Amino acid sequence: MLKDKDRIFTNIYGFEDIGLTGARSRGTWDGTREIMAKGRDWMVNEVKVSGLRGRGGAGFSTGMKWSFMPKEIGERPHYLVINADESEPGTCKDREILRHEPHKLVEGALLAAFAMGAHVAYIYVRGEFCREAEVLQRAIDEAREAGLIGNNACGSGWDFELHIHRGMGAYVCGEEGALLQSLEGKKGQPRMKPPFPANVGVYGCPTTVNNVESIAVTPDIMRRGAAWFAALGRPNNTGIKLFCISGHVNNPCTVEEEMSIPLKELIERHCGGVRGGWNNLMAVIPGGSSTPNITKEVCDTVLMDFDSLKEAKTGLGTAAVIVMDKSTDICRVIARLSKFYAHESCGQCTPCREGTGWMARMMARIAVGNAAIDEIDLLEKVSRQIEGHTICALGDASAWPIQGLIRNFRPEIEKRIKEYQAAQAVQAA
Amino acid sequence: MPKLTIDGREIEVAAGLTVMQACDQIGIELPRFCYHERLSISGNCRMCLVEMERAPRAIAACAMPVGDGMVIHTNTEKVKNMRRAVLEFLLINHPLDCPVCDQGGECDLQDITVNYGMDRGRFREKKRAVREKNYGPLIKPTMTRCIHCTRCIRFCREVAGVPELGGIGRGERMEVGTYVEKVLSSELSGNIIDLCPVGALTSRPYSFAARPWELKKTESVDVMDAVGSNIRVDSRGPAVMRVLPRINEDINEEWISDKTRFAYDGLKRQRLDTPYVRKNGKLTPATWDEALAAVAKGLKGLKAGEIAAIAGDMADGESMTALKDLLDSPNIDCRQDGAALDGSRRVGYIFNTTIAGIEQAGACLLIGTNPRLEAPIINARIRKRSRKGGFAIASVGPDVDLTYKYKHLGNDTNVLNEIASGSHLFAEALKKAVRPMLIVGMGALTRPDGGAVLSAARKIAEDCGMIRDNGGWNGFNILHTAAARVGGLDLGFLPGKGGLDAAGIIDGAANGVVKAVYLLGADEIDMSRLGDAFVIYQGHHGDAGASRADVILPGAAYTEKNATYVNTEGRVQRTSLAVFPPGEAREDWKIIRALSEVLGKTLPFDTLSQVRERMAEVNPVFAALNETKPAAWGAFGGDGKLDAAPFVSPIVNFYMTDPISRASATMAACTDVFAASKRGKTGTDG
Repeated sequence: MLKDKDRIFTNIYGFEDIGLTGARSRGTWDGTREIMAKGRDWMVNEVKVSGLRGRGGAGFSTGMKWSFMPKEIGERPHYLVINADESEPGTCKDREILRHEPHKLVEGALLAAFAMGAHVAYIYVRGEFCREAEVLQRAIDEAREAGLIGNNACGSGWDFELHIHRGMGAYVCGEEGALLQSLEGKKGQPRMKPPFPANVGVYGCPTTVNNVESIAVTPDIMRRGAAWFAALGRPNNTGIKLFCISGHVNNPCTVEEEMSIPLKELIERHCGGVRGGWNNLMAVIPGGSSTPNITKEVCDTVLMDFDSLKEAKTGLGTAAVIVMDKSTDICRVIARLSKFYAHESCGQCTPCREGTGWMARMMARIAVGNAAIDEIDLLEKVSRQIEGHTICALGDASAWPIQGLIRNFRPEIEKRIKEYQAAQAVQAA
Repeated sequence: MPKLTIDGREIEVAAGLTVMQACDQIGIELPRFCYHERLSISGNCRMCLVEMERAPRAIAACAMPVGDGMVIHTNTEKVKNMRRAVLEFLLINHPLDCPVCDQGGECDLQDITVNYGMDRGRFREKKRAVREKNYGPLIKPTMTRCIHCTRCIRFCREVAGVPELGGIGRGERMEVGTYVEKVLSSELSGNIIDLCPVGALTSRPYSFAARPWELKKTESVDVMDAVGSNIRVDSRGPAVMRVLPRINEDINEEWISDKTRFAYDGLKRQRLDTPYVRKNGKLTPATWDEALAAVAKGLKGLKAGEIAAIAGDMADGESMTALKDLLDSPNIDCRQDGAALDGSRRVGYIFNTTIAGIEQAGACLLIGTNPRLEAPIINARIRKRSRKGGFAIASVGPDVDLTYKYKHLGNDTNVLNEIASGSHLFAEALKKAVRPMLIVGMGALTRPDGGAVLSAARKIAEDCGMIRDNGGWNGFNILHTAAARVGGLDLGFLPGKGGLDAAGIIDGAANGVVKAVYLLGADEIDMSRLGDAFVIYQGHHGDAGASRADVILPGAAYTEKNATYVNTEGRVQRTSLAVFPPGEAREDWKIIRALSEVLGKTLPFDTLSQVRERMAEVNPVFAALNETKPAAWGAFGGDGKLDAAPFVSPIVNFYMTDPISRASATMAACTDVFAASKRGKTGTDG
């Protein structure tokens, strides 16, 4: 269990002052200038050594991503873009940071931007986050007034501007390419890669897109040292993480914990256990709606980190744990998720545009049993036809929940179909 | 140069190419919908997915740049499955109404499905449908068939420069449309019909008219403007069914203007299909013998100086040669609009830079021209160059939307004077540019001071370094609007010594000095001023000239004859006969040859090749086809002072500029839609 002294988000519940004074009293903005004085290379290396993996879902090494930026600033300016378009169903960690720890994010933005040679950073805030954007704006204003950002930020000699850009509520705009398109005022549709944003990003300039949580933890990594961060969790899955547990638990919450905490411990210790006891657990979606579900047998032992969940054929994603007890209609759950992905598909590339709607329709029928048994195989095949064939990961995200359902609950689906067919037969007779 | 392996074959290709281009180079064709070599890459159809070793996901070959050591597989079972999958997805919301779809037979989706698709569908749900849209009189959208490749969107945004199309909605509900329901306001809009890989965008005039396999395809050249776009005329029996572009990188790439594409229905209306002779003030049908005899009677006893001839904007080289030889009069002119071009120096009346050469230019000055209406294809080339950046464009002339950014210096000849004297700022920009160019339009030359404008333009060209590298770069350009003009100038269809020009001929006819006027398809002159002159009209349409004529000799339109035209670059090109002239109409040079016999001055040629030999004798440029030769620089232009009057483009209504487009119902519909909307906007009309 994470010790209090190792916590980064000490005000994640907003019990204390959110403003600059409160943030300072909790250690934010402490020695920022000194950190910057150590230089860009040191900073990038520190993040790299810390083993921090991107908190947005894909889990790519943040330090590595930073190091892809051009070393020298050429004709084109560098940009940092912070992805606060948190829309994955079940996920509510960035929201808490925006609400209650905005200064961690602002400080992180300054340090990350300096480390990458960017004078300007944008925070793309999800459209629905109305109050959160206001809180963040207040924090930015405070920081600018205090000389922490703006010209000669923190007295470091580095000019730094931070802008908020409000999204319009499209899920796909959380994908980095679509986010950049949207930021430029275009239709939010993912971009082809290559070129990668580090080469051609926002306005055609070198850009790094990072998740809010990734950025918010970097000041503490640099302050306390990469070794401290790397010592938490397991190798390759280091540090602390905000977990958002929702669903059939007694006390749904967002909680800061060490990486690689066993799922069972996470639920029992912080959420008051599964409704009706651990044995009432049916399945868990461990990393936000796009990750495949896992059954209780897996939940008994699985650790909450990238590698362990990958072994369990799912993923850490955004660490949004959705707990489902035995009262859950799992087919309806997945049907609802399919509907969500069909609704949020941007319509750009073929497999996702056409496939998500097809899957959603099939799932809607399967949810009531109005299907043929061999359609389960068809559904599985369609999901495989989408997975890996699209421009962005939304195609994969729409396929995985269905694959998880079929992998873990095929008998349940078959039972439902047979029941429906029997009922139809009775009606016909 | 990166080395990569494709299907076990190691090849070395230029850096910066995509995997698809590398595949094309070694003859591996990958199926594609969204990729088009003249548009930006969108990579959204996913049809060209291939396997790359060491890559976690399949890659879209159209968007992946080649890299050293790449190993690509294009024919594995996995790739085949991916193609099947993408096609299945494309087809689930495609209506499969091929039997009633105009694209049938030339549909990429059909072809690729046959080659790569599954033999049956597994989709049992309801299909999507899209409400009918209105894109105007030219394009018929059936967006239910759309596969969202976004080629049309990219074409409008990138090539045509009218960002009016876009994707609306998300996911399955995405529709390609015009945001607010409106018609496309581009002179190049018809090209999206060719670009559309399915039947979502088809030609409205051609709808349900024919199937591609029943059409005879004839390669020809367009004469609706002076660009000489290469076209393919598709005909069935005696009718031209449609006109499509042919690829010619030097001229039109693979685009054609809407007039070129859609004016063909004018070829069926208002046609002169039999000779006419005016009897008792009324035109009455006659036989060829009667008509030719009537001409002979009308010309009998007239001296050479009393006969005049004006060649129209669609007159071909052969007929102009024959007519000039026959009449042997000094009073001939091919410039019915009175353009102040002298035929003495070729360099002074052609588009010396060449159309493809625009892409090498560093700066451009437009003088009295609106290329968007006068030559949309050339305008697209300027836009293409402009999109690459580092290309300063300025215009002295009408302030109009040219689809690219340019500096409007004013519509004032004073500006021209300032640039010519070097005191204007833009003169500096031209001097500094690597390869500057200027384009003089007909709007600048058909004025009384046209000669002075031409001289001023020549001075600018000389002073600003447009003529450089020992003739390697010539930035002086005349943009013609008439397909026949350069040919006429090359053949010397111009007033002889002491002869009258077009305006002189009309004046002469009005005051009785000129007793007979031979109009070779000339319709754009003031017929009411021809007085009592005996008028012979030879042409293909019952337009202004025919109604004034005393004798009508029915000729052939450009799709009905093998004829020579010289485009504005000075490129000699030939049309081919696609359909025969209607009724009694004949090829134009043959008519003049027949007339010469009746007049007792038999011309010394009996075959087309003999006429062409004669043309090459008159001017050697006619000996070489389809190429441009640099012309030697020299003095040309007229004297006099520049007028203060503003420049006006000769084309007001793009859709109706010549007898064919004036007879076209499609072009009339366009005039209604586009000209009417413009009237409403400005409120200055009438």
